[in-house]
Amino acid sequence: MIRKALWLSATSVFLTLFTPAGHAEDRVVNVFNWSDYIDSSIIDDFTKKTGIKVVYDTFDSNEILETKLLAGGSGYDVVVPSGNFLARQIQAGVFQKLDKSKLPNLSNMWDTVSERTAKYDPGNEYSVNYMWGTVGIGYNTKKVQAALGTDKIDSWDVFFNPQSLAKLKDCGVYVLDSPADIIPAALKYLGLDPNSTSPDDIAKAEDALLKVRPYIRKFHSSEYINALANGDICLAVGWSGDVFQARNRAVEAKQGVEIGYSVPKEGAQMWFDQMAIPADAPHVAEALEFINYMMTPEVIAKSSNYVLYANGNKASQQFVDKALLDDPSVYPDAATLQKLYTVQPYDPKTQRIITRSWTKIVTGQ
Amino acid sequence: MSNIAITDAAAAPAAAKPFLTRLAAGFVNRLVIIVPYVWLLFFFLIPFIIVFKISLSQTAIAMPPYTPVLDFSDGLSGFFGGFRELNLDNYAWLTQDALYFKAYVTSLVIAAISTVLTLIVGYPIAYGMARAPATVRPTLLMLVILPFWTSFLIRVYAWIGILKPEGLLNQLLLSLHIIDQPLVILNTYTAIFIGIVYSYLPFMVLPLYSSLEKMDYSLIEAAKDLGCPPTAAFWKITFPLSLPGVIAGCLLVFIPAVGEFVIPDLLGGSQTLMIGKTLWNEFFANRDWPVSSAVAVILLLLLTVPIMLFQQAQAKAQEQGK
Repeated sequence: MIRKALWLSATSVFLTLFTPAGHAEDRVVNVFNWSDYIDSSIIDDFTKKTGIKVVYDTFDSNEILETKLLAGGSGYDVVVPSGNFLARQIQAGVFQKLDKSKLPNLSNMWDTVSERTAKYDPGNEYSVNYMWGTVGIGYNTKKVQAALGTDKIDSWDVFFNPQSLAKLKDCGVYVLDSPADIIPAALKYLGLDPNSTSPDDIAKAEDALLKVRPYIRKFHSSEYINALANGDICLAVGWSGDVFQARNRAVEAKQGVEIGYSVPKEGAQMWFDQMAIPADAPHVAEALEFINYMMTPEVIAKSSNYVLYANGNKASQQFVDKALLDDPSVYPDAATLQKLYTVQPYDPKTQRIITRSWTKIVTGQ
Repeated sequence: MSNIAITDAAAAPAAAKPFLTRLAAGFVNRLVIIVPYVWLLFFFLIPFIIVFKISLSQTAIAMPPYTPVLDFSDGLSGFFGGFRELNLDNYAWLTQDALYFKAYVTSLVIAAISTVLTLIVGYPIAYGMARAPATVRPTLLMLVILPFWTSFLIRVYAWIGILKPEGLLNQLLLSLHIIDQPLVILNTYTAIFIGIVYSYLPFMVLPLYSSLEKMDYSLIEAAKDLGCPPTAAFWKITFPLSLPGVIAGCLLVFIPAVGEFVIPDLLGGSQTLMIGKTLWNEFFANRDWPVSSAVAVILLLLLTVPIMLFQQAQAKAQEQGK
């Protein structure tokens, strides 16, 4: 996560230095989105259609984005934080309310998703969903078959049960370096409320993770894509779309690596990446135009087909590739959807306990 | 101290000159001294005061994420009123959790080991350069500086490709039948040491080279003539004479290595607990700017106080030497 972010900031500094200054009358929108998260032809189409130049910059961790936003004066017009980060940022006064009269495409949005994003952004006043997905288990089917005698994973038990994870130690296990994604999963596995802020519950989750810690090779939030695709590891707890990217890279590489993704039956976390406009954005009109364009059914479907995540746009579903739409790990069926949970942002005190716990888990001390 | 000495020396011959010229010369001299002080003021003292002030504040869900923010939006009384809210709570917090202490100690130990390793690797290189024919020396010097032409980040990345289990080093050793199982180096402390030694080597070699190059080699010849074996001559003459270079090189490696973040993150494993990583966590994951500022202030004191004491001791020793 960090190493990629460093790369990106290095390249973005380079690009900033060598981007010629535009004329004052040029219409510009500065977009700051996750890396590998859009079909770049969409940006070109937008510029062709509206004449607005898009300065597209990327990050790969919510923390980096948040720090820039909290410091103020980021210069970005559209940013894409995840739901629980967005909620806290709204509270801090980072964003401005969206002028919904400028967003006619809002009528295309999917109420199943909007209801859930409203937990972070009441009334969806500040943000519009871009993509959403789950936190689940990505795995190398052949290696898991060899180690466990089955290539079907459907439960968190494979990860949280020390006996089972021990068998996967040698072929390699990676985990997201993100307490907000992993601690709730541990709570859910233990039958506790994934949103619990009780120090006792968090301590139980910590214990459960410390028990399997010896079998985890690395905590990292982006390296697992390549590691899975190359066959270097056999299991990763990660974000759905990243695992699908690994699956596709493995198919392209033709090395015989097959990747599966499982939404565990106990339930998995659902996350949402939301487009929002910072309060001090220099080009608000252009930002609204950009967000509205992204809500065009054909456009967002094209993006989903490229990044392999589900989007929150109901009208786009007729343009989404059938294979993607029918894949229950991307667009879960109603029964699975019932078991997915969302996680609220932590208050500062709980955040401190969580981070402290996480450091203990990750470093093993 | 040395700056004042320079002014005095420059001012002395000026005494014979007319008053105005003397005044102008004094002004120019003073201006020359002021430049580094202004530099320090703007790029060290003021940023430090800002960080120190944040370390006395409390976190808040706001922009920026701490309170009080000292500004003049409420006029002067608002500005001074904010001071009453500052306190040392964050420093107390650092002492309550063993995590920070462990992280400081780990960082100091890793930096110390790396510095010694860099010295061991760097000394022969610098010595060889200093003893090389004068015509080759500029080329050798160039070769030491050459790696800086590539981005630091890319060079550290390259080490991932070299050290990983299926990387270049393991492939080479396996094909030469020196090992039959790939070595696990990446994501261990060994990888961190390799990374730091590699990245900081020029900072060690350059000061060593400059002190070794100035050395009078007739001293060695004299020692040889008097029957001193080469090893003893090295320890009795060469090494003591190169000591200023050794100290400068070690400080240049040790100080940045303590706060190193990129190398442990890229090459070290998840279990590495260094202060740079702790600071990153506090700042980015916890959004706790005040605590991370406190961590940074302590780190700075940890580094500057011993160095200042060391310099004072050296100055004293020099005076006594006279």
